[in-house]
Parts: sequence; C-alpha cells; structure tokens
Amino acid sequence: MKFSTVARHIREGFKNVGRNGWMTFASVSSIAVSLFILGIFMLLALNVNKLADQLDSQVQINVYLQLDTVKAKSDAIERSIKRIPEVKSVTFVSKDEGLKRFRESMGADGKDALDGYEKENNPLPDSFEVEAFDPQKVSFIAKQIEALNLTDPAKSITKVKYGKETIEKLFSITNAVRNIGIFIVLGLAVMAMFLISTTIKMTIIARRREISIMKLVGATNSFIRWPFFIEGAIIGFGGSFISSAILMYGYSQLVRTTSADVGLYMIEFATVNEVRFLVGGTIVVLGTLLGIWGSTISVRRYLKV
Amino acid sequence: MIEMQDIWKTYPDGTTALQGVNVVIDRNEFVYIVGPSGAGKSTFMKLIYREEVPTKGQISVNGFNIGKLKHRKIPYVRRNIGVIFQDYKLLPKLSAFENVAFAMEVIETPRRTIRRRTMEVLELVGLKHKANSLPAQLSGGEQQRVAIARAIVNSPAVIVADEPTGNLDPETSWGIMNLLEEINFRGTTIVMATHNKEIVNTLRKRVIAIERGSIVRDQLRGDYGYEI
Repeated sequence: MKFSTVARHIREGFKNVGRNGWMTFASVSSIAVSLFILGIFMLLALNVNKLADQLDSQVQINVYLQLDTVKAKSDAIERSIKRIPEVKSVTFVSKDEGLKRFRESMGADGKDALDGYEKENNPLPDSFEVEAFDPQKVSFIAKQIEALNLTDPAKSITKVKYGKETIEKLFSITNAVRNIGIFIVLGLAVMAMFLISTTIKMTIIARRREISIMKLVGATNSFIRWPFFIEGAIIGFGGSFISSAILMYGYSQLVRTTSADVGLYMIEFATVNEVRFLVGGTIVVLGTLLGIWGSTISVRRYLKV
Repeated sequence: MIEMQDIWKTYPDGTTALQGVNVVIDRNEFVYIVGPSGAGKSTFMKLIYREEVPTKGQISVNGFNIGKLKHRKIPYVRRNIGVIFQDYKLLPKLSAFENVAFAMEVIETPRRTIRRRTMEVLELVGLKHKANSLPAQLSGGEQQRVAIARAIVNSPAVIVADEPTGNLDPETSWGIMNLLEEINFRGTTIVMATHNKEIVNTLRKRVIAIERGSIVRDQLRGDYGYEI
C-alpha cells in the first residue's frame, strides 16, 4: 500500500465520522454509556478491594508469655518467631508498655483505677505483636508459634491470640466481595461489548449497499476495510474518552468532598492517581479496541460480494 | 474482448438463467442486449463483471478467464470494466466529485492526477458545475451521468450498462445515449441491456436477443424486434 493511500484511508475514516452524523452519535453514546456503567462498578470494586486490604492489614497475632519469663528467654522466642518465613514483623511489648496501653485504652475515667499496679505489681505478661505478610496465613502462623512450646520445657508461651472467628468471618466476607466485584465487572464488560458491537453493526448494515458499490467499482477488501477500521477507532476512543473524563472528574469530586468524613472510620478511598490509569486508562483502551473490533467484524460480513 | 463458450447458469434456487450461450464481442463494438424480462439479460451482464460465476462454460473478458478467477483477483478485473446501472449505484454520502474520484483512489492514483482527471470527466458528461453536489441533490439524468463519469474515469476497455436509461425520461435518455456513443467512438467496447425500443431502432447497432436463457437472434445493425 502506498503512503498516499494510507493517508487517504485515515482522511476518509475521519470524514466518515462526520458523514454518518447520527449513526456516529448513536455509537459514541452507546460506548460512552456502557463504559460509564462499567467504570462505576470498576471504581466500586477497586474501593471495596482497597477497604478489604485495609481491614486485612489490621489483623495481627498477639503472643503472651509466662509472667516470670526472663529477658533472655523472650529474646530467644522472638528470634524463633522471626524465623517463620510468613512472618513480616515481630514487636516486643513489655509488661510496662502493656500496662500503659491498657491505661490509655480505658480513657480518663479508668486512669486512676490502675494505680498501684506498676512495676512488680504489674499483673500483665510480656507479649509480642506479630504481623504476617499475608493476612490469610495468620492462623497457620499462630499454630507454628504455639508449636514452639513443644521444645520448651518451661512452656513459656501461655496464649496465642488472633481473634480466630472474627478473622475467618472477615476473610470470607472480603473474599466474597472481591469475587462478586470481579464477576460483576466481567459481566458488565461482556454486556458493553455486546451493546457496542450491536450498535456498530447497525451502522454498518445501513452501509451494506455502499460496501457492495465499492466492490463493484473494483475496491479490494482491505481498501474498503481500512477507513472503517479508522472510523471504529475514532468512535471507540471518542465514546470511551467522554465516559472516562466524566468518571474521573466525578470521582475526584467525590474523594475531595467526602474523604474527611470517611477518614474518621480509618478508611481511605483509592486515590485519584491510582484510579486514573487503572479505570480511566482501561476504559479508553477497551473502548478503542471495542470500536475497532465492532467495525472490523461487521464489515467483514459484507465484503463477500 | 468478451468471449463466452457454452455458458450455463443455474441459481441455487434451481432457476436456470442461461443455457448454452456462445458469443464473441470484439473490441470497440457497441452491442444491445434485448429480450423480455426474466430472459437472462441481467445474468448475462453480471457474468461479464463477475458478480455471478457461470455454472458451466468458459468466459473471458479482456484476456482474463473470469470463471476461474480467485476471489482476491476480482477487484483487479473489475477495474478494467466500467459498470453502469439502472439505479445508478452512487455512494450517497459522497459528492459527485468524490464518487468519480473513488474509482481512481481504488487504483492508487496520485491525488493531483485524480483531481485533474475527475474534473475532466465531469466536464465531458456536462456536470463540472455540480461537482460538489450530493447524489440526492441531482436529478436522475444527472446521477446517471455521474455514474457514467465514474465508469469511464479509468478508461476501461469495456463498459457494461444494465438498462442505463431505465429510470429516465426520453429526452434525458437521448443525452445519455449520445454520451455512450461518444465513449464508444473513443474506443471503448459497450455492452448495453435495454428495453428501450426507440433507442435500439433509431441508433442502429448490433443486437443480441436473449429468450429463456438462450441467444435467439444476433444481428448487425439490428432492430428491437419486440412489440411493447
């Protein structure tokens, strides 16, 4: 193909967008609307996922030791816990530190109630806070830590606590939410594909006669196909760009006006920057590809004249 | 130029349109194809520009064996054949100029040549002043002249015209015929299917009559021969 012919196809693709005014409008809006809905669900799924991550990462294991455990012993236990590959970090919480936290958690009222329990009167044991790389591995790690007692005649570890049921319930919820989110987004993507290809098919059926005339004049299939290809790309890009722009603007407004309120519950939205490529970018790429795909598929059917 | 040997054509629904047609049309001839509706005229024409393939027999146009042509090659054969239809078959969203230019874009003619040649041909058919009009803004006769301009712009060896005057009033029809005669005079072979008795009887040419799928008459400087 000569360069001038390539230029001709591109020029023609752009001209066709204008020539088919209403049809272009119909396809652009169907792409914009269906991808807009898809985008909203992508944003929702993304934020639910982020929320689930935030909840997961708050999961930790508390390991309590015997009251009379000496420093050397607890150091040894700390090293053993650190040696478990799934463990991300281990923080030693001394009995004094524990009391301080307990006192803070009771607030102003209960402050004085704990007076007299300092130093040797402290009833709290030393403990560790263990964090896992993968929150789903928490119960596995807890079992490994409990197993440390087997080789320890003093049985220094009294308790390994990780809110077993709460965690398992939390995981089943967050996993379900993630799966449902993916399912809905995939379903909507398929629906969008169907809707878009139908609209584009309609615009091309209306031009079936034109295609057959072009063939009678001696145009090769690729000569006919290229302008449609370009036109499909323009329509797809246009429609998806519109929906992506509205989505991004709407989302940034939403984040700006509500993040302060939501922040009170220790929750953060996915930031606009994170979302821009993940949702906005995906939608534009998807829309452009759908436009090209729809027009190419539909033209092919009428080329056999 | 066009040679058919024992051509048979049966459509998938079982209708037999042509049975054993033999014909030779030489370079620079002007041939009328006449006959009642449904006799096989249109099939005869369609075989020439390869919209249909014969069920049996050999057909060659301008040296190409059309029946055995690969799909990929069809466009290249059609470029040597200008086709004119009763319903014009113009691209509705393109102007007169763009419709004619399209036939040249297809063969990757340089833009400047396209511009010059298209205007030249539009002038020949008397439509230079309507170059930017859309088909819908033109009368039937004008649309047919655009179609003729498109058919001749690449200087094809053959022009196939299927009832080119079918939708036009007598006066406009004569204008179209004058144009076709001039094109023929410049060296293009013309095969024209028609129902127009007056034209055939006045502008005497070779007449091939087809009835029930067979050639029943082939005469030089013939007449229409049917009562309407």
